[in-house]
Amino acid sequence: MHKRTILRAAAAAAVVAVSCSSFAQGTPFKIGLILPMTGQQATTGRQIDAAVKLWIAQNGSTVAGRKVEVILKDDTSLPDVTRRIGQELIVNDKVDVVAGFGITPSALAVAPIATQSKTPLVVMAAATSSITEASPYVVRTSFTLPQASVAMGDWAPKNNIKTVVTLVTDYGPGIDAERFFSERFIFNGGKVVDKLRVPLRNPDFAPFLQKVRDLKPDALFVFVPSGAGAAVMKQFGERGMDKAGIRLIGTGDVTDDDQLNDMGDVALGVVTSHHYSTAHPSAANKKYVEAFMKANNNLRPNFMSVGGYDGMRVIYEALKKTGGKGGGDALLAAMKGQIFESPRGPVFIDAQTRDVVQNIYLRKVERKDGQLWNTEFDVIKDVKDPGKTK
Amino acid sequence: MLTILFDGIAYGMLLFILAVGLAVTMGLMNFINLAHGAFAMVGGYITVLLMQRAGVPFLLCLPLAFAGAALLGAVLERTLYRPLYSKPHLDQVLFSIGLVFMSVAAVDYFVGSTQQILHLPEWLKGRTELGSGAWTLGMGHYRLFIIVICAALTVLLQWILSRTRFGSRLRASVDDQRVAAGMGINVNVVFLSTFAFGSGLAGLGGALGAEVLGLDPSFPLKFMIYFLIVVAVGGTSSITGPLLAALLLGIADVAGKYYIPKMGAFIVYVLMIVILLWRPQGLFVRQGGKA
Repeated sequence: MHKRTILRAAAAAAVVAVSCSSFAQGTPFKIGLILPMTGQQATTGRQIDAAVKLWIAQNGSTVAGRKVEVILKDDTSLPDVTRRIGQELIVNDKVDVVAGFGITPSALAVAPIATQSKTPLVVMAAATSSITEASPYVVRTSFTLPQASVAMGDWAPKNNIKTVVTLVTDYGPGIDAERFFSERFIFNGGKVVDKLRVPLRNPDFAPFLQKVRDLKPDALFVFVPSGAGAAVMKQFGERGMDKAGIRLIGTGDVTDDDQLNDMGDVALGVVTSHHYSTAHPSAANKKYVEAFMKANNNLRPNFMSVGGYDGMRVIYEALKKTGGKGGGDALLAAMKGQIFESPRGPVFIDAQTRDVVQNIYLRKVERKDGQLWNTEFDVIKDVKDPGKTK
Repeated sequence: MLTILFDGIAYGMLLFILAVGLAVTMGLMNFINLAHGAFAMVGGYITVLLMQRAGVPFLLCLPLAFAGAALLGAVLERTLYRPLYSKPHLDQVLFSIGLVFMSVAAVDYFVGSTQQILHLPEWLKGRTELGSGAWTLGMGHYRLFIIVICAALTVLLQWILSRTRFGSRLRASVDDQRVAAGMGINVNVVFLSTFAFGSGLAGLGGALGAEVLGLDPSFPLKFMIYFLIVVAVGGTSSITGPLLAALLLGIADVAGKYYIPKMGAFIVYVLMIVILLWRPQGLFVRQGGKA
């Protein structure tokens, strides 16, 4: 009898002790969200921030008994600022996960700190292939440029595009897009006439576009960060290049849904390959777009927002799987291999590369109900980042 | 090839309109106003917002952009700039750079930091081609429009400075404020109107340039270097100096990016270094003026 009581007490104490340590006395689960909310990439920040808020509004702020807290910081897309903020979040605020990252350099700036502190780093926007290799703690929910551009390298030669000039912005993602598109395009029998790289802070596209015009390729393949796409497209139209028989193709950044409507008729008929379009015809996406536009004054969700939305899902699911316990390595393990239905279609977080595997769609800009949309007309299923197979 | 020349001239003309106000304040008034680009941005935003939100036609927006930037320039000159005329150049630089950052943050806050997209009227969108083969001259209508406006403004400016009473008063005030004041010239009014006019020109440049250069809150920072190059290379003592410098830089920039895309962004700087080594005071220096 006496012995039994002691055992019971010991068991109870053990349970209490375990539950105390596992729930850490009800400390909130902190997500440090680093986004460019001002500066050139601010649309990215705005979209992801809205998507994160939408996810929390729809799914509640308590997961497996733990309160989730998001700490939003603006890094103005300057990598040194990102690094400082990342350090502060991890060391002072003791966040369980850092997420966000509008551009490649900012993700790379925080990667080493994530490795040291064993904090999972969820990349929601930046799209250079190599980011996931910068730290074993990086998980990506956006996309990679090789993923998007290889599909175009397959599609173009089959559609009467034999010669191409590439025009990319001269930084990580641009170089990725140029390389992977050209390799695949040449492999399929196409010819890349010239490769042009535009400085990141380029005021005027005129000379580059004129050069393309004089080279007279069948098509111009473009990658510029979202935002600059509109300028390229307008000048493309004004230079009469479409009339000279040159087609405009590219990755979906050029016809970013966020700005597509403002671009006007010049965008009509532009073919791009990407992982998400606001017009993606699935029930999940319709629901998502409706909720997003309602919560954000009719702002269209673009591919950046989906990266943020799915990033939150990955974090929530991982936290659930650890029973609310968290912990860097446990969270990371729980993030790997997740399969779910995203607004963009089926998505899989590859356990080996921690990169996202998803469908890539070929889309064409069309006018429907007085608005411009990227209408999907073909799909390449389950594309793994081609940058990782080398 | 002619098309490249044409694009270069249009780009140069645009740079000139953007920078000429700075040449006036810096060269004539001897004030280092690095916030010049902020006035250009104001002009750009006036145009974009009026067109997007109020549906004002583009041609009407241009004078409004000029007036808006000029008015702002006048107010700031009276309140903030005037006390700094007598201060050392370093103070002026710090002060105006501060203004730039404030303007960037203010626009970011009130309008948002997305690239603004301007919708030109149809008649400015087209393109005319003359000739054929290597000597094709393709002229975008909008660029032609820029060239015409800028050329007209240059003639007007040159005329005001060299032929009008106001021009001589301005030159007199610049050369020696005390004597000019003694001769009955109201130096304050002369400076105020000059500054306002320079700011207005920047505003007009910003309005015209929003289409070609893009418009976002970082505009004044992004183009500050270009303004300074134009003024430094052209010299600050006349209108023709900055004009030629702007044309030279515009053409070199466009041609460089066309012929050697890999070096493209760098050519402007090489050219600047070469010219400044050759003529440290700029291409055109007025003899006998105060240094």
